[in-house]
Amino acid sequence: MSQNKMNRRDAIKGLAAVPVLGAFLLGADAKSDHDEDIKQEILDELNVQPATPNPTGSMKGDVLRVGVIGYGGRGEHLIRAIGFASPTWMNDMKENAAKDPKDTRLRDYLEQENLNVQLVAVCDTFDVRGELGVAAGTKDGFKPKQYRDYRKMLEDPNIDAVVIATPDHAHAPQVIAAIQAGKHVYVEKCMTHKVKETFDLYDAVKKSGLVFQLGHQHRQTASFLTARELVKKKVMGHINLVQTNTNRNDDNGAWQWEIHENGNPQTIDWDLFLGNAPKIPFNAEHYFRWRKWWAYGTGLSGDLLTHDYDRINCLLEMGIPASCNASGGIYTHRDGRDVPDVFQGVMEYPDFTSGATQEAGKEKGMTFIYSSTLGNQYDRGSLVMGHDATLELGEQLIIHADPQSTRYKDMIEKGIVSLEVPMYAYDPRAKGVDAVTGATAKYFANKGLMYTYRDGKRVDSTFLHLREWLSAIRNGHKVSCGLEEGFQEAMSAHMASISFRTGKRVEWDAVNRKLKNVSDAELAGIGML
Amino acid sequence: MNGTNLSSYTPAQTWLLVILRMLIGWHLLYEGVVKLWNPGWSAGGYLMDSQGPFANLFYKMAANPSVLQVIDFMNIWGLILVGLGLLLGIFTRLACVGGILLLLLYFLSHPALIGVKYAMPTEGSYLFVNKNLIEMAALAVLLVFPTGKMAGLDGLLFRNTVDGGR
Repeated sequence: MSQNKMNRRDAIKGLAAVPVLGAFLLGADAKSDHDEDIKQEILDELNVQPATPNPTGSMKGDVLRVGVIGYGGRGEHLIRAIGFASPTWMNDMKENAAKDPKDTRLRDYLEQENLNVQLVAVCDTFDVRGELGVAAGTKDGFKPKQYRDYRKMLEDPNIDAVVIATPDHAHAPQVIAAIQAGKHVYVEKCMTHKVKETFDLYDAVKKSGLVFQLGHQHRQTASFLTARELVKKKVMGHINLVQTNTNRNDDNGAWQWEIHENGNPQTIDWDLFLGNAPKIPFNAEHYFRWRKWWAYGTGLSGDLLTHDYDRINCLLEMGIPASCNASGGIYTHRDGRDVPDVFQGVMEYPDFTSGATQEAGKEKGMTFIYSSTLGNQYDRGSLVMGHDATLELGEQLIIHADPQSTRYKDMIEKGIVSLEVPMYAYDPRAKGVDAVTGATAKYFANKGLMYTYRDGKRVDSTFLHLREWLSAIRNGHKVSCGLEEGFQEAMSAHMASISFRTGKRVEWDAVNRKLKNVSDAELAGIGML
Repeated sequence: MNGTNLSSYTPAQTWLLVILRMLIGWHLLYEGVVKLWNPGWSAGGYLMDSQGPFANLFYKMAANPSVLQVIDFMNIWGLILVGLGLLLGIFTRLACVGGILLLLLYFLSHPALIGVKYAMPTEGSYLFVNKNLIEMAALAVLLVFPTGKMAGLDGLLFRNTVDGGR
């Protein structure tokens, strides 16, 4: 064989694979074009941009002096979020991180931004908790003052703002007193415990010009901000039904909290705890597990319906319902409590509209259903259901086109929108927005309810919510869950509680801002006047 | 030429080995290209879904954003280069080794063990042996029965060397 012939044969053999690469490139390009075209067509139709967080300002300037009223489990979390973790929490987290590398809570905390605040006062009716709060706030030789009585604490002119995380029945008296003392307020949900005090609190805060934030940290969740965009762009069409729920099946979830071994009439100021609640002798279970009684808590409506109500109110801005029916009972935890452990609240909004795609005048009105049980923990998911699509609302957003949609009819017929897979998904953990997802994306959803994402980085949403409040105090901007949102949250929850406790369908007079068909005597009878 | 005597392959053996090499090359190249073209792609979710004895190592990789960035980059370009190498028969031996290493990592992060459940759905049923392991074994076969010089650019590049590339 000649050298030439040899070279030619070698070259042919060597390049044999090149046509295969050509075929690969043509194929990959065609597939990418196909997927991209469909994706772009859907994204163009929906025209949704991932939402950017509310603008908040700088934390520079004088140190803000904060006091806390109520340093229980939630109070401890709030105070940690502004930079004062308790020594016991730090130790627990160190141990957890050593055991489980997936547990990054300690690292996340240490990497958190310094909010330039000082914890100057801790008020708790239980001395053990008060002392723990003082230990958390003790930094660089400074030690916060400890109080049992919030009224004494509020006399201190060296406090700029207070965080309130006490039992529900104490919220309104404490918020009103703090506002009258000129302090900015962050209060946990439910905003109030009774009807009349809801109006009183509203008026007091409204007049004051001080910054008031209600503790619904969901407002900071990246996916919820983007979901607002979806509603604004009418992606779901006319929303006629919203379904939310709570499912828990453990002692902690059923408010069977630990009764502290050192809790006794010497370490607990029982009268201060009772406040405006009916006077009864010292009862450690009532003290440590207050959510189990209407006298101090607001049941599933105030504790958990409020979360879902506010999440949906943040999207739909539907406000207080025209009417509300509730039902339920104590079916799992028959342990002496008087609040239900299975509870349904059904709220009617006959005038609600989120944009119609069918002929004018056909679509109007919406029902919001909240359903909960403390005896089963199957996750039923939250659904926002419209004529054109259904939104699965969680840490991730998933949209399924409705087979009978008017808006997407053509796209469904052309095969651009598939009914087999979601037409759109938003995952704040990913670097961008994706339309047309496979089943896979769904499986990663909803891991880690406590966190949200900023630029793909995990952040505690409670931290963001408090930061927004502190920034509003410093920089004068709005907060995302202020007085109006709080009033709507509290009144809607109260309507559900009143309906459950009186068996009535409770109606709201939106023009005169009052309950229509419930008398003061009826409210007084259930301790909710 | 030392090692395997290439001329001893029958035409059927040669062609089937070349086809196997190209199929794996095609697959890995497309896996890389798809990730490259999707700006939102990250290995984070897959790593966090790891199970088995090495899971903690993979969680640590995913937890550190800068480490994850490097992993994403190396995974995408590793897949593309290995895929191209196998498809074109260029640096074939190196591509086989690279492919085996990548597949080994996937296999170790998602082993098909008894009692282990993944959030990520799989399209088949596996016990100990899964497609990552089989593809890895196939690359090992291609490593010891090289075809880069017979139908690939290695034949042109390393014509005059004794054992280069293959």
